[in-house]
Amino acid sequence: MTTFLVLTVVVLLAVALWQLTKIFDLTQVGSGNVNDTQIANDNDNKVNGFLMFAFLGFIYLTTILCLLYYSDLPLIGDSASEHGPEVDRLMVISLVLIFIVQTVTQALLHYFAFKYRGRQGQKALYFADNNKLEFIWSIIPAVVLAGLILYGLYAWTNIMFVDEKDEQDAIVIELYAQQFKWEARYAGADNVLGKANVRYIEGVNNLGVDLSDPNAQDDFTAAELHIPKGKRVIFKMRSQDVLHSAYMPHFRAQMNCVPGMVTSFSFVPTLTTAEMREKPAIIQKVANINAIRAKKSEELVAKGQTALDPYTFDYLLLCNKICGASHYNMQMKIVVDSPEDFKNWLKENSPKTIVQAVKTAAAEAKASEESATQQPKDSAAAPAADTTVVAQAEMKQ
Amino acid sequence: MSAVAHNHDHGHDAHEHHHKDTFITKYIFSIDHKMISKQYLITGIIMGIIGVGMSMLFRMQLAWPEESFKVFSFFLGERMAPGGVMNNETYLALVTIHGTIMVFFVLTAGLSGTFSNLLIPLQIGARDMASGFLNMVSYWLFFLSSVVMVISLFVESGPASAGWTIYPPLSALPQAMSGSGAGMTLWLVSMAIFIASSLLGSLNYIVTVINLRTKGMSMTRLPLTVWAFFITAIIGVISFPVLLSAALMLIMDRSFGTSFFLSDIYIAGEVLHYQGGSPVLFEHLFWFLGHPEVYIVLLPALGITSEVIATNSRKPIFGYRAMIMSIIAIAFLSTIVWGHHMFISGMNPFLGSVFTFTTLLIAIPSAVKAFNYITTLWKGNLQLNPAMLFSIGLVSTFITGGLTGIILGDSTLDINVHDTYFVVAHFHLVMGISALYGMFAGIYHWFPKMFGRMLNKNLGYVHFWVTAVCAYGVFFPMHFIGMAGLPRRYYTNTNFPLFDDLQNVNVIITTFALVGGVFQLVFIYNFFSSIFYGKRTVQNPWKSNTLEWTAPIEHIHGNWPGEIPHVHRWPYDYSKPGHDEDFVPQNVPMKEGEQQLHH
Repeated sequence: MTTFLVLTVVVLLAVALWQLTKIFDLTQVGSGNVNDTQIANDNDNKVNGFLMFAFLGFIYLTTILCLLYYSDLPLIGDSASEHGPEVDRLMVISLVLIFIVQTVTQALLHYFAFKYRGRQGQKALYFADNNKLEFIWSIIPAVVLAGLILYGLYAWTNIMFVDEKDEQDAIVIELYAQQFKWEARYAGADNVLGKANVRYIEGVNNLGVDLSDPNAQDDFTAAELHIPKGKRVIFKMRSQDVLHSAYMPHFRAQMNCVPGMVTSFSFVPTLTTAEMREKPAIIQKVANINAIRAKKSEELVAKGQTALDPYTFDYLLLCNKICGASHYNMQMKIVVDSPEDFKNWLKENSPKTIVQAVKTAAAEAKASEESATQQPKDSAAAPAADTTVVAQAEMKQ
Repeated sequence: MSAVAHNHDHGHDAHEHHHKDTFITKYIFSIDHKMISKQYLITGIIMGIIGVGMSMLFRMQLAWPEESFKVFSFFLGERMAPGGVMNNETYLALVTIHGTIMVFFVLTAGLSGTFSNLLIPLQIGARDMASGFLNMVSYWLFFLSSVVMVISLFVESGPASAGWTIYPPLSALPQAMSGSGAGMTLWLVSMAIFIASSLLGSLNYIVTVINLRTKGMSMTRLPLTVWAFFITAIIGVISFPVLLSAALMLIMDRSFGTSFFLSDIYIAGEVLHYQGGSPVLFEHLFWFLGHPEVYIVLLPALGITSEVIATNSRKPIFGYRAMIMSIIAIAFLSTIVWGHHMFISGMNPFLGSVFTFTTLLIAIPSAVKAFNYITTLWKGNLQLNPAMLFSIGLVSTFITGGLTGIILGDSTLDINVHDTYFVVAHFHLVMGISALYGMFAGIYHWFPKMFGRMLNKNLGYVHFWVTAVCAYGVFFPMHFIGMAGLPRRYYTNTNFPLFDDLQNVNVIITTFALVGGVFQLVFIYNFFSSIFYGKRTVQNPWKSNTLEWTAPIEHIHGNWPGEIPHVHRWPYDYSKPGHDEDFVPQNVPMKEGEQQLHH
């Protein structure tokens, strides 16, 4: 409803402005050659020249406002990976450079537009070219960019190419994407992921792991991504249907998941979830968000709806490549554990291997089949293998 | 189609002809480049209204997620917005079609089609395009593709919704989303027709510029507009066929069971037969067009700006040759940077470093252009007509938007801002708004040439200032929500408490977007009413040097009644010492002893 009101106001404003310009036109009737009336005269030049200057003020004001609200770089919060600070440093350097160039060039552009606004009788300077100037403003960007390119390439190479020694110490985790959820597959004690292909997908083996592969025997899956602090994690990404992108903004990490191939990204987490929650920037962000949520909850409760849960910080894995209708809600919680906690978590979860789950499911199916033959009319005993299919169908809704 | 109705409009009074025209040959199947340019412009404007209107609708969803609005029920209907609440598939459909329409139908065909057609023959001194017939076919193919695209909006399963980049497998599999059914088929058909249209147009422009220049019009005396259109046409011819091949392969994958882009897919409970293809291949093919496309959109706008800024500054454009060289450098580089859209696509990271290098190089010719524009203003006698304001606005948004390209072109930084609102802010400013400003500048400047009447300048001023404020208001804050990690193409952010503190920014952005969008009506009104009721123009209202202003106001076949004017000088002799007037048209012979003062 408010939007309607706003729109109405806007339309009325437009009408008023239109009338104003019409009046403007009427005042100009009879002033000289009729054909000149729609060409800028000294008065137009003056008014618009001043407006140009004012517009510079507007640009600066927007910039200042944004800096006031968003000067606490990086905006997403402290980086929680080893390579993160490098990315952030390059980002800040680039932003500062951009800020300087933007401030100076916009000032020149708008100031000139104001200063040299046309006046009757004023003659422009015939200044067609100057090779020295052209040289200067080719060479300065070239030098600055050369610096940025070198720094960027250095950082990129460090991030994307992991040397062999680091690779051996790392743990390997598969991130498996499908419309619209994430799953993680851990390589188990051998630290080698078993082979997998969508053609092996059957029942509880919903990641399509090749169960005959010796490396697959100890693989297990989790719906929550646990990673240890201080140890390199190599992610192997797969997708079973469309493109997805594994976006972990707090770790400055992102890689697409492509059906038909395995992509990879790796980083070393440096802050556990608990430590990150203690960071002043995050504390402030969470408090701010909770204030907003509390206010929203009041409104909701007043309408008779349930209040929102208060927010506690967690690392997230988001999908950042359009993947279908529910793309906007494809996420997984990431937990960075201390090495000891991670060990405990592994101990607890690693026995639940995929192979074991398949065996259990088969046994259950067999049992229910037997009971079904005893009571042929019991239709509730659907084979467990169908659950994924049903879940898929539901998700498509 | 309403576009047809508008094409019937009598833009100017009837006048004498060298031979008799029927209504149909004059207004519909015209082979006259001036009429074809008007057809392009009006079709482009109508598509623009659809495209901008869609953005206003999805901006409302982003500011007030999942709220019910009567406008939604009115425009989208009960199926796409049940109970007035836009659903998630509709949101994606709107985003997709908004992108497609704005990039291809408005800023490629509407901008390039209009002004290449109008200005190339008139500014080089030619009677018409090299092939009037091809030109007509080109327009009608464009029209047909627009019709198909608009029809796709009414398909039961919804229009294409996989984003304007239509990455498979999402776009290839109807099981993946409902918009990938008949809607996507129509999208592909429409684009295939569009590309055919664009290729015919481009070939025609190239041939015309090379062969039909009047006596004395050497390549180094061409106005920068023509240089920009010429180079644009060349990149179009190089890159559009690649998109056509991608579209055809996608059609094969979708309908005939091939596996160019698909492999190992399990969806909706079954394994599909596709084996061996790769979506990354599609990304390569798409961006091999997709990136040059940015310059296909932008270069004509920059060409128009060069001309408008020089004329209205009453000064020669600064560094004419440097401008030409930077256009050529940008065009060349634009064909070898496409990989910067794919740093994290899964391609070899080494390629990422190559593309970072080539991408950041583009900043050099771009910087040269920006500084040359600023220097052109210096010590000028600026006539701040609406066209001039839009041109200055273009330089402003080109700088603001271009600078953030330094961040996105850097593979390291792209990791964390890829596909966030930072990208949306960047490309809207540098190519969307800039090209749109170029288009507006062109319309305000050459409206008298097209329709023999003037646009109302005061409405033009209102249009510019509101648009300028709103454009910054919409896209400046987007950089910051992008840096805070907000992904684009999310129907709503309410599932992420992490982003709750960005919601008020979304409301601000949407408010600016709605105001800015509604104020385009000022332009629409000005445009259509001035066609009929605008003040009559004089032959050369802006006191410009280029040849189009030596042609009579009333349009005739062959452009000039007698002989085509000969050219004796470059187009930028504004305020040249030794002349009484502050402009010397290109067809004025050099005075005795007059020196050429530029290089």
